[in-house]
Amino acid sequence: MSELAAPSGAEVAAAGVGVRAERARWRLLLRRPTFLVGAAIGLFWVVCAVFGHQIAPQDPLAQQLLATNAGPSGAHWFGTDQLGRDMLSRVLVGARDILVITPLATGLGTVGGTILGLAMGYFGGVIDLVAGRIIEALLALPAVIISFLFIVALGASTTTLILVIGLIFTPLIARTVRATVLTERHLDYLASARLLGENPVRIMFAEILPNVLPAILVEFTVRLGYAIFAVATLSFLGFGIQPPTPDWGSDIAANYGLLGAGYWWETLFPALAIASLVTAINLITDSTEQVLTS
Amino acid sequence: MTSFLLRRLGLMILTLWILSLIVFLAGQVLPGDPGRAILGNLASQNSVQLLDHRLGVDRPLAVRYGSWIGGLLHGSMGTSYTYQSAVGPFIWSALFNSLKLAALAFVIVVPVSILGGVVAALSDGRALDKIISLTGLSLATVPEFVSGIVLIVIFGVELKWLPVTAAAGAGASALSQLQHLILPAIPLVFVLFGYIARMARAGTIEALSADYTRTAVLKGLPRSVVIRRHVLRNSLLPTITVIATQTGYLIGGLVVVEKLFNYQGIGNLIFKAAESKDFPMLEAGVLTIGVVYVLATLAADLLLMVINPRLRIGGATS
Repeated sequence: MSELAAPSGAEVAAAGVGVRAERARWRLLLRRPTFLVGAAIGLFWVVCAVFGHQIAPQDPLAQQLLATNAGPSGAHWFGTDQLGRDMLSRVLVGARDILVITPLATGLGTVGGTILGLAMGYFGGVIDLVAGRIIEALLALPAVIISFLFIVALGASTTTLILVIGLIFTPLIARTVRATVLTERHLDYLASARLLGENPVRIMFAEILPNVLPAILVEFTVRLGYAIFAVATLSFLGFGIQPPTPDWGSDIAANYGLLGAGYWWETLFPALAIASLVTAINLITDSTEQVLTS
Repeated sequence: MTSFLLRRLGLMILTLWILSLIVFLAGQVLPGDPGRAILGNLASQNSVQLLDHRLGVDRPLAVRYGSWIGGLLHGSMGTSYTYQSAVGPFIWSALFNSLKLAALAFVIVVPVSILGGVVAALSDGRALDKIISLTGLSLATVPEFVSGIVLIVIFGVELKWLPVTAAAGAGASALSQLQHLILPAIPLVFVLFGYIARMARAGTIEALSADYTRTAVLKGLPRSVVIRRHVLRNSLLPTITVIATQTGYLIGGLVVVEKLFNYQGIGNLIFKAAESKDFPMLEAGVLTIGVVYVLATLAADLLLMVINPRLRIGGATS
């Protein structure tokens, strides 16, 4: 049936309009100050994640036992921790692991959730029912608690972290995708695709997927924010990124006991780093959502 | 209505059963050999086998699941690996402590966030709306330990207004207990504020554009009366559901807050069980949280039926 798939003139023109609309959306996005601020902060941390070791003024692992718990100064802008490690360097390099883990985990969950959600929405019936009940049960537990359970069972490592968070996100994203697919299900283009005898897999991925893609993109950015929340929390609890690797969550866990002694810089700067990254993701999410779903 | 209730209860039991399977899978199947996990890589095979036998984990999976569920149904949650005694009493006292903290967080967050959401909706699209919405969104995704630490630094260390630990000590007065719980409750309030305010805002905007609101405005009712009698009553319905579903997240946040403020609640209990690989305690704790969540959503559904006559009279479609 390949001759049927050859695009007609009208389809090419329609595709042209689609591309133009797409570009217009991007231009709209780039004009939003919230998006620009979010993207700038996010980009800063991405640069730190990639070139952290080159940017950092000192080796984040080097201990200076004569300069422990030193307050912020010209030599150490963010002070030093209890082992005399430079906090500025640790905060800059600390962007790496969380910025590797969270997009991979969210990506994994998005791919899995998209496939599952498309199948649930398109086929309905038993698949939808069974998957729906499992999702319902998973929703009864906060993400941090389930990840906890699975990470203890499997042992903490970067791979475990990515897999567990990806798996937890899969049903959550599937639910959103399913709901979007249901609004598309009775539209004419699907009926015509079915009448043409296209196979279900092709209908799901070539016909439905492009139409639900904006919703999936928004869902990805929303989940990215949650992933950062989850990874930072798990690292803080000691089940995420393991010391001595510089990481905001585990650095806070290591140092917050010294808050009472007045050594606030060891804890506050990593905390602000997390807050700034999370805020950046939120600004991006918020503006993407408004542009893509309007 | 009876059939709706029965269906609702049936689904609840199904959810709990699936939940028990997930918890069992994570606690008993995935770790492989619990004896090895507890004793570590250096222990001899012989002692691992002995421990496995004593823990009863050398039996087939189906038998273990059966005895675990059987025990739960008879009110026995298993025996802790760490304390060598029944898990139940630990769970109950920890749950009671957590409920106190959670209750305080709810008492603060529910009125504040509903007010925030309604105010945002009434100034829809204007600066105030944007500020409330973005603040809510940001607070909701800043991890509790980050906001908790900022609060400790400001109010506990610098200003010394509030104690930085949550436990008031034995025999402390109710007021002193409350004072110790305020600082830990605020990070939870921050996280919940965004979700609830967002829902209250959406509900209010929907109610504002509804026909009955237009009718009320056109028949000459003052704006304050329209908002109080027509808009608020309808806008709060979806908010109740969100409040119930947030109990799950609340307990997730409790893990962090209870560790940060050293409070003996269920979150801290689960955390310590996870650290020491005390699987029966971990499983019981996680399952308890699931049960609390399921009961909270059930309570919300019942409350909605009481408040909303449309659900009560026949038209119950879930």
